[in-house]
Amino acid sequence: MTEIKSSEITPEHIYFSRRRFMKGIGTLAAGSLVLSGCGLGGSSSGGIEIDESELKVSVTADERGAALNSFESITNFNNFYEFTADKERVAKMAKDFVTSPWTVQVGGLVNNPKTYDLDDLARFSQQERVYRLRCVEGWSMVIPWLGFPLHELLKEVEPTSKAKYVRFETVYDPEQLPGQRSDWYTWPYVEGLRMDEAMNDLAILATGLYGTGLLPQNGAPVRLVVPWKYGFKSIKSIVKIDLVEEMPISLWMAAAPYEYGFYANVNPEVPHPRWSQATERRIGDPGRRATLPFNGYAEQVAYLYEDMDLRVYY
Amino acid sequence: MWIKLKKNWLKIATHVGSLAPLAVLIWDFYHNQLTFNPIQEATFRTGKTALVLLVLMLAVTPVNTIFSWRQVVPLRKWLGLYAFMYATIHFLIFVWLDYGLNLQLLQEAIFEKRYALVGFGAFLILLPLALTSTKGWMRRLGKTWKRLHRLVYLAALLVVIHFVWLVKSDIREPLIYGAIVGLLLLVRVPVIRKKISKLRSRMKRKRSERSRQEKPDLVMAAQK
Repeated sequence: MTEIKSSEITPEHIYFSRRRFMKGIGTLAAGSLVLSGCGLGGSSSGGIEIDESELKVSVTADERGAALNSFESITNFNNFYEFTADKERVAKMAKDFVTSPWTVQVGGLVNNPKTYDLDDLARFSQQERVYRLRCVEGWSMVIPWLGFPLHELLKEVEPTSKAKYVRFETVYDPEQLPGQRSDWYTWPYVEGLRMDEAMNDLAILATGLYGTGLLPQNGAPVRLVVPWKYGFKSIKSIVKIDLVEEMPISLWMAAAPYEYGFYANVNPEVPHPRWSQATERRIGDPGRRATLPFNGYAEQVAYLYEDMDLRVYY
Repeated sequence: MWIKLKKNWLKIATHVGSLAPLAVLIWDFYHNQLTFNPIQEATFRTGKTALVLLVLMLAVTPVNTIFSWRQVVPLRKWLGLYAFMYATIHFLIFVWLDYGLNLQLLQEAIFEKRYALVGFGAFLILLPLALTSTKGWMRRLGKTWKRLHRLVYLAALLVVIHFVWLVKSDIREPLIYGAIVGLLLLVRVPVIRKKISKLRSRMKRKRSERSRQEKPDLVMAAQK
């Protein structure tokens, strides 16, 4: 197998010419915006060095006008318990995490099970998607992801009529992921989506952000992004995707079933049992802002939950 | 000067050690080193410091009863006052920097978040204790003073619950603090306290007996 550098997975010139799907952003800017020296006033914690001239985005804000978070903050403030529970230390600890070669096994209740390597994943249309990420802890960011809709991959493997849920699994490698040596959580990390959620165009498999390949702390080489759900649903460093009949039990459901449910839709009306979800702190902003139903994506996803009591299905 | 320093080193260490976290916090704030979520980081740090100082304060009496190290007793007041200072900064960051004094949001946050409620409860308990920490109030309140200041045990327990309730799932760290607080409260229970002092006096006796026995040996060894 030939070695592939992460920078080669997502050629930066590709995404730029792709269609944009999100309403309200308007036409794509004529030229890509090259960021230079946009970091947050010299935070000392920055463990990574990247040539910022390589960073490219077509917009500077989300469709609501909220500014993108800096590349520095996105890559240095991470929840990735496989490394450490300390958000500021993830980047440093993930520095040498090997993400190539890599394969994603897609199987279960499908007609065409397939194992995707990084080349295979790079063949999907790479699109820029500016999404808000709302953590269940009460903070949020705006991130310009690079990736492709999950439904494109699912169509290739052809789920059978029995398939009701999609189950995702993160790599299990305690040698490289010290957090997995702790028995507190049931590793590996597992997440799931209902079939119709997975087929929604907002759900993407991301392989990059800011026009460059994902760094390990952000879930390299490939991760899920479901922006209308709390951040923990967007599982990182995926090695396995299975189409299944039964609702998967996620890691957080197993850890605290009364606090973290399967759906985990962003909902200001349904507080976490121990804290309110009505407001959030946008990283980089002072103070708080109101949290929006479905993280501001109600128009695209609310129909999925029309007949459901979201207090019960939290 | 030097003698004074030597005599007061415990007190000096207490003041320096208690103020250092605040100095570091201010330094980090002005140098943009408070992570990408500075309000949360400042909240965590001041809360943790308040808890640590509260634990140290609760350790004073047991240290005195077990090791009869009487010099630590005057530190209790300062540790308590510094704990209150950090609790106050912690509280102000929450209501002011974080919630911008928005009463509606704050009301909701405090009533929906039970962890905020117990934290606020602990703060309300510490407030009168800090205000009555002077010698004047001690005299004025007489026996009531001691009873009033026993409320600090309740405050410490509330602070631990506050910590347990705010973590996402892994409660090991707050439980360690809980265990330490529990232990420090346990050694205050009269029965246990008496046992400890009995044990201590027995050990003291043994030690003095042994030293009495050993001394002749030493003399003999010297003679040889």
